[in-house]
Amino acid sequence: MTLSFQAALAKRGFDVSLTVGPGETVAVMGPNGAGKSTLLSSIAGLLRPDSGVAKLNGKTLFDLDGGKHTWVPPHHRGTALLAQEPLLFPHLNAVDNVSFGPRSAGIPKRDAREGALRWLAEVEAEGLAGRRPAELSGGQAQRVAVARALAADPALLLLDEPLAALDIHSAPLLRRLFKRVLAGRQAIIVTHDVLDALILADRVVILENGRIAEEGPTREVLERPRSAFAAGLAGLNFVPGTLDGTGVLTVEGLRIAGHGDEQVPSGQAGVAVFPPSAVSVFLTDAHGSPRNSFSVTITELEPHGDQIRVRAGGLAADITPAASADLGLVPGITVHFVVKAAAVSVYGT
Amino acid sequence: MSQVNTKGAKVVGQGYSGVPGWVRALAVVAAVVVVLPLLAMVLRVDWAQFIPLVTSESSLTALGLSLRTSAASTVLCIVLGVPLALVLARDTFRLQGLLRSLVLLPLVLPPVVGGIALLYTFGRQGLLGQTLEVLGLRIAFSTTAVVLAQTFVALPFLVVSLEGALRTSGSRYEAVAATLGARPGTVFRRVTLPLVLPGLASGVVLSFARSLGEFGATLTFAGSLQGVTRTLPLEIYLQRETDPDAAVALSLVLVAVAVAVVALAYGRPVARSGAGKRATTPAPAGGNRQ
Repeated sequence: MTLSFQAALAKRGFDVSLTVGPGETVAVMGPNGAGKSTLLSSIAGLLRPDSGVAKLNGKTLFDLDGGKHTWVPPHHRGTALLAQEPLLFPHLNAVDNVSFGPRSAGIPKRDAREGALRWLAEVEAEGLAGRRPAELSGGQAQRVAVARALAADPALLLLDEPLAALDIHSAPLLRRLFKRVLAGRQAIIVTHDVLDALILADRVVILENGRIAEEGPTREVLERPRSAFAAGLAGLNFVPGTLDGTGVLTVEGLRIAGHGDEQVPSGQAGVAVFPPSAVSVFLTDAHGSPRNSFSVTITELEPHGDQIRVRAGGLAADITPAASADLGLVPGITVHFVVKAAAVSVYGT
Repeated sequence: MSQVNTKGAKVVGQGYSGVPGWVRALAVVAAVVVVLPLLAMVLRVDWAQFIPLVTSESSLTALGLSLRTSAASTVLCIVLGVPLALVLARDTFRLQGLLRSLVLLPLVLPPVVGGIALLYTFGRQGLLGQTLEVLGLRIAFSTTAVVLAQTFVALPFLVVSLEGALRTSGSRYEAVAATLGARPGTVFRRVTLPLVLPGLASGVVLSFARSLGEFGATLTFAGSLQGVTRTLPLEIYLQRETDPDAAVALSLVLVAVAVAVVALAYGRPVARSGAGKRATTPAPAGGNRQ
């Protein structure tokens, strides 16, 4: 009961290899245009890659590598797709929408309807059975869409940012619902929200520029990000370079001292990662050997919780509003970001 | 609800309208150009003789033939036009643009040219006519020819309005239906068709209207035999020579049918919503505004 997927699409610079284990939910994250939708569309059969092989539970979805190309059409794949918008069929009421999958599979109308009512109850929408999509709120419609996708009994559920279009009141309810229905279900969820990855997924895959930048258990990826995108999700400063003892040498020739708990030989690719809260801001260079000091130009100041987040290029520091006022920080001035070596994690990538 | 916006322009009625006065004046002239001739004709009707004129034997025969042939050509337009519109809107293939232009050609072609083209296809000396002749089928100057001529000129109307509706509704619902396990036939029947039903309905009504008014191609390709090929427009043209009052009365009948048909196609608000959901969403948003 696994998905194995490998495909390349030159036009979109897409080349991804991915497996999803039995009952596993994988979160796919990445910047816009990273290839997340391409991944889901090619699994669902809505987009044809140039090459690759995909199998779901031993059944071939496509095989474009051998001499004889195999391409299974979407309706024979058992991969229901739930998008950002519910896309309920506007001419059918909620229960007919939900029974659409079963009826397409040849289940008699009455049985399909009974099953649909059960799925509507499962998503706490049994009271909406007779309503047309135009009479449903965004959250209600998405709940019905979840029921419709599940009623089709998919071997793999594909969720394309299912919470992104919902208002802040509907999203938590839907997230709880997903938590319940995704338990033990094979699914891929594309999301921009790190909370979805933490709550719903067993594993996270970070896509960047059509390639997998890193993957692993969600907590691990957020604690020790190996890609700039994952570091951004975790809210960490991320400086790539080459390992140099317990530090990292950047391409600009800057050495960032830190500590590492693994033995990685110098010269290999590595990163220095540290939280913005560990960064102090000074107007003059306060140099000390166990400290790292960077001369940076402030690009942005923004409130962050009860702190002020000072952004300077790719780096960020969190300081108190009082400190910010005392220093007279404004975008455009040059300051020194200082961080203790003990607060900097260094590891190979 | 009269407000003044930042530039000081007055907002009248429900919202700002940026139509200059001279545009309005020309629009009135345009409306007059269309409406005045119709009015002139209505004024010319001999109401005392109206009923006898339109219920004369030749008139009723022509009207009956017109309705029968138009119904037949409309059915033909649906059977052939729906697949053509679907292929043009959903598939991608070589020379698709060329095919689309060619299919639309009868819209701009003078009908008499269409009639000549049909004659050289199905006529006795035509491309297919000789083969059909061997099979014992004679199409030219028969009621079948009327139906063919009407289908030829009316088909583009159905294809254009249905293809537009298909493009507006998009293929996203169809993609979702497919991932839910629906085979292409089921998707077509349960998703595609219901979604474009308003567009299809207006296409059907328009092609019926075009069939009903068809004159040039019919006369060229089918001739004017009473009870066989002489449809109402041909009857009107013929009556005009001998009995202008009858021609005017019958014209009014055609105007009435045309008005009814246009009202059917464009009168209902649902006929224009097309895509459904997207068209309905602005309503609640507007309601929330303060």
